[in-house]
Amino acid sequence: MSVFTDLVSSRELLSNLTSREVKGKYKRTLLGQLWSLINPLAQMLIFTAVFSFVIRVQPDKGSPSGLDVFALWLMCGLLPWNFFANVLGGGMGSLVSSENLIKKVYFPRVVLPVSNAASIVVTWLGEMVVLIVALAIFGGQPWKWLPLVVVVMAVEAVFATGVSLTLSIANVYFRDVQYLIGIVLQAWFYLTPIVYPPHLVQTQSDKFGPLVGNVTAWDIYQLNPLTQFADVFRKLLYDNTWPSLSSIIAIVCWTVAAVVIGAWVFARNEKRLAEAL
Amino acid sequence: MNGPAIEVDHLAKRFRVYHERNQTLKAAFMRRRRALYEEFWALDDVSFDIPAGTSFGLVGDNGSGKSTLLKTLAKILFPDRGAVRVNGRMAALLEVGSGFHPELSGRDNVYLNGSILGMSRAEIDRKFDDIVQFSGVEPFIDQPVKNYSSGMYVRLGFSVAIHVDPEILLVDEVLSVGDAAFQQQCAEKFAQFRRDGRTVVVVTHDMSAVRTMCDHAAWLSHGKLVELGPAALVVERYRDATRSDQYVDPEGHVRWGSGEAVVDRVELLHDDRPVADVAAGGDVTIRLHYTAKEPIDHPVFGLAIEAADGAYLWANNTRDTGFAIPRIDGSGVVECRVPRLAFQPGGYTVLASVVDSSTTRVFDYVRNAADFRVVQGSVTESGGYVQLDGAWRAVSSDGVL
Repeated sequence: MSVFTDLVSSRELLSNLTSREVKGKYKRTLLGQLWSLINPLAQMLIFTAVFSFVIRVQPDKGSPSGLDVFALWLMCGLLPWNFFANVLGGGMGSLVSSENLIKKVYFPRVVLPVSNAASIVVTWLGEMVVLIVALAIFGGQPWKWLPLVVVVMAVEAVFATGVSLTLSIANVYFRDVQYLIGIVLQAWFYLTPIVYPPHLVQTQSDKFGPLVGNVTAWDIYQLNPLTQFADVFRKLLYDNTWPSLSSIIAIVCWTVAAVVIGAWVFARNEKRLAEAL
Repeated sequence: MNGPAIEVDHLAKRFRVYHERNQTLKAAFMRRRRALYEEFWALDDVSFDIPAGTSFGLVGDNGSGKSTLLKTLAKILFPDRGAVRVNGRMAALLEVGSGFHPELSGRDNVYLNGSILGMSRAEIDRKFDDIVQFSGVEPFIDQPVKNYSSGMYVRLGFSVAIHVDPEILLVDEVLSVGDAAFQQQCAEKFAQFRRDGRTVVVVTHDMSAVRTMCDHAAWLSHGKLVELGPAALVVERYRDATRSDQYVDPEGHVRWGSGEAVVDRVELLHDDRPVADVAAGGDVTIRLHYTAKEPIDHPVFGLAIEAADGAYLWANNTRDTGFAIPRIDGSGVVECRVPRLAFQPGGYTVLASVVDSSTTRVFDYVRNAADFRVVQGSVTESGGYVQLDGAWRAVSSDGVL
């Protein structure tokens, strides 16, 4: 598809736009790039205080790693989620905020949402490095799972980019999307096992029984691609074991679907962007 | 260079004019349809070629579709019908400095903007010094561009764009930016572009710029191509058409003016006898018969000559040549003697006018006041419009002269 060949042919532009995003983001701040670490640290403190000390959520011990630190368990799910939410949030506005550029210069439009995602990948990488070092310090064995973690991160990056391609176009036609997505992401956050372990949902679902036919709430819950991503990352980083095959298949399918739909929507609409904006 | 640089093939572009545009979901749901709009064709079946290595002007009124056409050539807009084929690397100067990030330094922005315009990193590395030097913002290149004055901003943007080194350059009125010195610099750069045999396409309202800069021009009106041809001719036709008071008199002269004084007749004389053919390089007198219907103080008579293809070759008026006329009333005759009519053989047209002392009010302007032919004289030169009677001689004789 044209979207992919465009990306390959404009990789230098892509890297320049990405470094513009990265360099421009924390300009005129005292702490600069440190902010990208302070944010998740603050989230970690807040969520740990609320969900570990107040609500007493108790995730299973890492097996076979033996880790039993709520904050680390939390971050294994929270960092991938944050990445996803940030790519959506930034990617959605990537076309609208570059309106002036789109109307005056020709270049492959797809570099705008993709460079947004790439700049957030850079931040995410930094966060993950810190997390992995912390896991190792607390006795985990994340190192030998590192290659797989990198692969899954790449898959999630592609998935998030695919979704943001569609949203960036949607936002051009209906500016509501950017407000709607705030609510959607908030609900989605709690529908994903980030601050609580997924077996709590399973327990409730079993009590309730099937909703329609054989389908239980748990089955529907599993459809959430971010649930699968959180599961895979926790298995690799916190438990230090192989993720389940079904999770791997699920995230690959979701990613292929997101990219195919995103590229199709984008290719169909990119030629009219200069008029539609 | 061979073949056209740009081929425009039955190009059509449709726009929607929204009466009520749904840019929110609520509006879309409430009305259960996307929007109410009317369509109009901003470009309607436009076809022409732009030959490689020439300068091409697009002229027309506001809303005639010329900017839409330029944006379609630049691939910013996509045609609804027809096609544009571009042979060669193209750069568009529709706006300079688009995509500058205010917080980043001039240096970073040169790289960023350069890659948006399609340059590779190695290419920008190579041209970086030239870009900065041309822009004249050298001392500030490591400052964030938000601290630049608007002039500096534009100069840096223009400098990046011009160094893309395109074979085809599209320009939309950006020549009118910066101070006089920078404009001069830009004009020289364009002249160099043309000398290098590159193709330049310009949209502008400045007719004299089209005349001096462009070889060919296209005139668009309401999205349709009205006239295509040599720039001077197209500009003249366009100017004629935009004069609302123009008419054709019974003798077939195209003229306009308020009519307080009129040009009755223009004739060419050689040895005091009216002639239709003039020998190249010969002596000729252009005699203008006029009638002033009321007394007019300090009138100015003007004459101009155009070649058969519309090229504007010569103009002369009584004010600029210092021939003061205190007052005219009733009929009279003035004449202008040309001692050496240095034109190449061919057909020519005389344009004649009577205007007021400020040359802003036109009493009468006749586009084709007289036609004449230049025939072979004593000088033979190989081409062009004028005879300069150039002469050759050998200066050093290393060869076999």
